[in-house]
Amino acid sequence: MSATTEAAEMAAQSNGAPGKVTEQVDTVVIRFCGDSGDGMQLVGTQFTNVSAAFGNDVSTLPDFPAEIRAPAGSLAGVSGYQLCFSKNDIYTPGDEVDTLVAMNPAALKTNVGDLKRGGTLIVNEDEFDRSNLQKAHYESNPLAEGNALHAYRVHKVPMTRLTRDSVDGLGLSVREADRCKNFFALGLVYWLYDRDRKPTEDWITSKFSKNPSVAEANLRALRAGYNYGFSTESFTVHYEVSKAKLPPGKYRKITGNEALAMAMAVAARISNQTLFFGGYPITPASDILHELSSLKNFGVRTFQAEDEIAAITSIIGASFGGALAVTASSGPGIALKGEGIGLGVMTELPMVIINVQRGGPSTGLPTKTEQSDLFLSMFGRNGDCPMPLIAAQSPGDCFTMMFEALRIAVEFMTPVFLLTDGYIANGAEPWKIPEISSLQPIPVRHPTGPNGANGEYLPYLRDDRLVRPWAIPGTPGLEHRIGGLEKANISGNVAYDPENHERMTHIRRQKVENIAAAIPQQTVNGPDSGDLLVVSWGGTYGAVWTAVEQCQKQGLSVAHTHIRYINPFPSNLGDILSRYKRVLVPELNTGQLRFILRGKYLVNAEGYNKIQGKPFLVSELVSKIEQTLKS
Amino acid sequence: MSTDVSLPVLTAKDFASDQEIRWCPRCGDYSILAQVKKVLPTLGIPKENFVFVSGIGCSSRFPYYMNTYGFHGIHGRAPAIATGLKIARPELPVWVITGDGDGFSIGGNHMLHVLRRNVDLKIILFNNQIYGLTKGQYSPTSPVGKKTKSTPYGSVDNPLSPLSVAIGCEATFVARSVDVDIQHLTMVLERAAHHKGIAFVEVYQDCNVFNNAAFDFASKKDQKVENCIYLEHGKPLIFGANRDKGIRLTGDGLPQVVSLNEVKEDDLIFHDEKADDPSLAFLLARMRYPHLPEPMGVFRSVERPAYDAEVMRQVNDINAKYGPGDVNKLFNSGDTWEVK
Repeated sequence: MSATTEAAEMAAQSNGAPGKVTEQVDTVVIRFCGDSGDGMQLVGTQFTNVSAAFGNDVSTLPDFPAEIRAPAGSLAGVSGYQLCFSKNDIYTPGDEVDTLVAMNPAALKTNVGDLKRGGTLIVNEDEFDRSNLQKAHYESNPLAEGNALHAYRVHKVPMTRLTRDSVDGLGLSVREADRCKNFFALGLVYWLYDRDRKPTEDWITSKFSKNPSVAEANLRALRAGYNYGFSTESFTVHYEVSKAKLPPGKYRKITGNEALAMAMAVAARISNQTLFFGGYPITPASDILHELSSLKNFGVRTFQAEDEIAAITSIIGASFGGALAVTASSGPGIALKGEGIGLGVMTELPMVIINVQRGGPSTGLPTKTEQSDLFLSMFGRNGDCPMPLIAAQSPGDCFTMMFEALRIAVEFMTPVFLLTDGYIANGAEPWKIPEISSLQPIPVRHPTGPNGANGEYLPYLRDDRLVRPWAIPGTPGLEHRIGGLEKANISGNVAYDPENHERMTHIRRQKVENIAAAIPQQTVNGPDSGDLLVVSWGGTYGAVWTAVEQCQKQGLSVAHTHIRYINPFPSNLGDILSRYKRVLVPELNTGQLRFILRGKYLVNAEGYNKIQGKPFLVSELVSKIEQTLKS
Repeated sequence: MSTDVSLPVLTAKDFASDQEIRWCPRCGDYSILAQVKKVLPTLGIPKENFVFVSGIGCSSRFPYYMNTYGFHGIHGRAPAIATGLKIARPELPVWVITGDGDGFSIGGNHMLHVLRRNVDLKIILFNNQIYGLTKGQYSPTSPVGKKTKSTPYGSVDNPLSPLSVAIGCEATFVARSVDVDIQHLTMVLERAAHHKGIAFVEVYQDCNVFNNAAFDFASKKDQKVENCIYLEHGKPLIFGANRDKGIRLTGDGLPQVVSLNEVKEDDLIFHDEKADDPSLAFLLARMRYPHLPEPMGVFRSVERPAYDAEVMRQVNDINAKYGPGDVNKLFNSGDTWEVK
């Protein structure tokens, strides 16, 4: 399904302005784009908050350049924020854009291709001067008559001039006045989609409380934009998107990184444990550290380490000390942590390693999304070094899976990989606030007495699931030494004995496999056998499910299963895969999950792969499913 | 209240683990292990509170030989492991055992940062100026010209001085001793153990297999009095078997050996380990054998809030200000809405 409007219902009612018509629509996709200094992320977030609070379902896709401030007006410096809001359940930020706001020629050039035919294009015509046109490599002004924008409903708005006029008399410099034009654009779009301005006005007032003239300027720009839509003849229609029918409850907007940080703080608090987070700044994982560092009264201690290796090894030390220990990074940082993670596996200490995947290899595409670190996370360590791996499917699911990662780590005394990606880390969706009573504390147990027959402490004496005990410094009588060298089973003493090494290798593997009994069974949406099963993992959930659901509505025999527990897989996954004639695995990589599924289950899984730093479009998945069923 | 709070009296033996020690016979490590075991029982701290953290190398086997909690880490990372542990459990006394390769080559970055942060750790650097565990390559502290397996024609690397680095990072406690100088080493380790904040102790350690006799100048009875200056706070820098030589500053600020027959004691450099400015300590660290006698003992011992204590101060301040974290409030921060 293109997430754009289905048949729009014309309701020829006046909204009070002469000649204006209100149209009811189900789903709208808006994209704000401009220079990276134009405040596009800010207005996108404001629109999202207002729409979520109104009761729409929302999904967002921030898209910003790796450069903090590329040269003004350049193609490299364009920053965008796309959001989809709807009266229906939605799982993606939309394929095609209904309304595009372009603040300069470069933004127009890089984004207009995603605007649907007949879509609304709002441009700041004041910025289409010769210099900006040159920077955007336009040979002539695309806004001039006879140019290629005739497929769209184009609104040329002199935003710079109107913003300056609106703030006149406040004593602002031209530069300061111009910084308000994003709020002019936001005000205009608020009018267009019948949004309540009040939450944003409150936000501006509080944000700039120390600088009343700047607050007043932004308020005036917002209102000027709104009133421009209301009063000019250029805009004849505005739209209403009614509330979505989400399950009852209290909601808030959440991004994946916020959800991870919140889950860590809540887990520490309700489990009455210290949570130690060691991290090194890296896009797109840094926000986790930012969020957590302000939650010190939840039992959280954060450490900005000197490098990625210090980040992972610091959490190993903290875990040895008995803390819930977490680090987060992205591809290049995870690569650096490899040896440390192996030490975590060898010492069988609980910890969570979050990998917010981005485009690779090497520095790759720091601000773009990809799923290409599955191999790295599964296999990127020396030796036979198995560890559990789970992946979140949406921003809100990051909360659930963070709890799961901590639970598995502690219950099985092992490092756990938690995979997310740039798309769900920065993307937002409405999130139903959980009942606190529904959250399970992390089951931490530290022995207080010896476990050996002769009153000694045996750090590698295991229970029936092969899990060793977690004795911590400060406990009398349980003094022991562990480290990266192979150790004798039970005693934990350094051991080079060949049979012991083989036994320990199998034990470490078997312990991870035992986790399969402690995770939910795999479920399928759609027929439980048939022509085609689409298998997805991670942040592609929304697009894949939307596409499969759309095909099912067309009557196609297609089912969907989304894997959140990747190592070990749920024990019924092999059985599910065997019940369909064809298995299709769409991934934002060259086929990493497919490779693992083929290796483990000898299933002839086919791939559908996109490696553009961008999420799947629903439409391309639908075509692929249709094509597969036909072939 | 009359609760008996006295602790069981521990001895060095209580700190010995049941593991067979696998260092080479006559390795300098034995002596350092023995002195540490001797010092710990004097501190009045329960045995179960100590944690020894190490990296990789001969010296890093140390934790296995102590009957305390211990963590044998990976190459170079002991300071980072110990920092995480110390933030999680600030009440534990944590000792880091490292070597010249572990601490200043592969782990150099962590060393800089643990020193500048002033984490409350005791770091013992076993400096033998060679890679022993990998069987004899030159290390970042080996002298220029050193012939080893990987430098058959002599090393062309300029070595670093661990103490210069530590003082450059403004470590709050910096000292040096020698493995077999038992009394001196014990004194230095005791001073380190009592210091609040980072304590960095370089111990010249003889690798009798791959770098035999490298520190004879500082360990042999007849040589050390001529080649070393034993630092005492507030005292002038005097050395020599007859204590007739001293160090004074030349006009251009460099240390110079002078005879006490010609120069008054008052004109010598007086040691001030408590000087907040690290310049004097740095000057002492730059005095190297054979050009000048090498200082031994405590170079610098100043007070500054420890990192882990500051982390906890912030945690406590925030708790006092806002109360324990309210999950409900956290969930409901920002805009929320009700769906009926």
